[in-house]
Amino acid sequence: MIAAAMNKTFIPCLLVAAAIVLATLPGPADAGAIELREFSSEVEERRFRSLTEELRCTVCQNESLAESDAPLARDLRRQIHHQLQAGRSDSEIRDYMVERYGDFVLYRPPFAAHTMILWFGPVILLLAGLVAVVFAIRRRRKILENS
Amino acid sequence: MNMLRLGIPLLIFAGLVALLVIGLQTAEDRTRVASPLVGRMAPEFTLPKLYEPETEWSTRELEGQPWLLNVWGSWCYACREEHPWMQRLEQESGIPLVGFNWKDERDDALGWLDRFGDAWTLHVRDFEGDAAIDWGVYGAPETFLVDANGIIRHKIIGPLDEEIFYDLMDRIETVREEHQS
Repeated sequence: MIAAAMNKTFIPCLLVAAAIVLATLPGPADAGAIELREFSSEVEERRFRSLTEELRCTVCQNESLAESDAPLARDLRRQIHHQLQAGRSDSEIRDYMVERYGDFVLYRPPFAAHTMILWFGPVILLLAGLVAVVFAIRRRRKILENS
Repeated sequence: MNMLRLGIPLLIFAGLVALLVIGLQTAEDRTRVASPLVGRMAPEFTLPKLYEPETEWSTRELEGQPWLLNVWGSWCYACREEHPWMQRLEQESGIPLVGFNWKDERDDALGWLDRFGDAWTLHVRDFEGDAAIDWGVYGAPETFLVDANGIIRHKIIGPLDEEIFYDLMDRIETVREEHQS
């Protein structure tokens, strides 16, 4: 009786769970892939992908240009595609974006005076932690020796 | 020793709380992207006019005088909010106020102006959005103040309100005085 009732509710539950899992699986991460674009070479296509992945969409700030479906992201992808076709280099395209939207568009912050804390912060914290651990061990050793 | 033991974690905790409070208070500012274009030459563009799509308008027509560029769209709710301030700008700023209709259907834009009133000197239309990218536009509304030398002096992201309006009026005054002297 109980087993049968469990079976009755268990199977629909399983189906719902499976549906939820399927729905939340990441779909094609690259919104740009839906747009049809012609690339003159595979290298150009790869450059397009890597550029749109490292540039941030400024309207939807936690998405890259490659992921975002915002109209502005679409415009920016088109702009990057144009510039690639016009033969501009990756760094020229990156500079073009930074000139207009600031360092903020770069997911990888530039190495500059005002970003030092970003680059060295983790290392400093790690060193501070190591120093603290060394002190703690020494102290404990002293306590053990004394007792 | 005991004081240290208790004091240091407490200090660290207080520091974290302080960081959190600062972070929460500046959260809104951080989502606003400061424009690197302020202090630089305003990018030129030539775009079709909204009312007469077969006629083009170029930023060169305003060369040598201060002017304002206001990015708007009929799809943008905040633009409706700032509309009364656009009317005040038209009446009080004394400099041209160019409407930059961004990523909008022409009919929607005309309907919007008909309904709320046209406070701008003229409108251009950028459907593709390339000129907007050149200006580092990432939302609407945005308002730029360009001086007589063609340099972007100020950029406002988001709708105007009373405080922003009076601050902008001061800046316009400065730019106009520079131009006259």
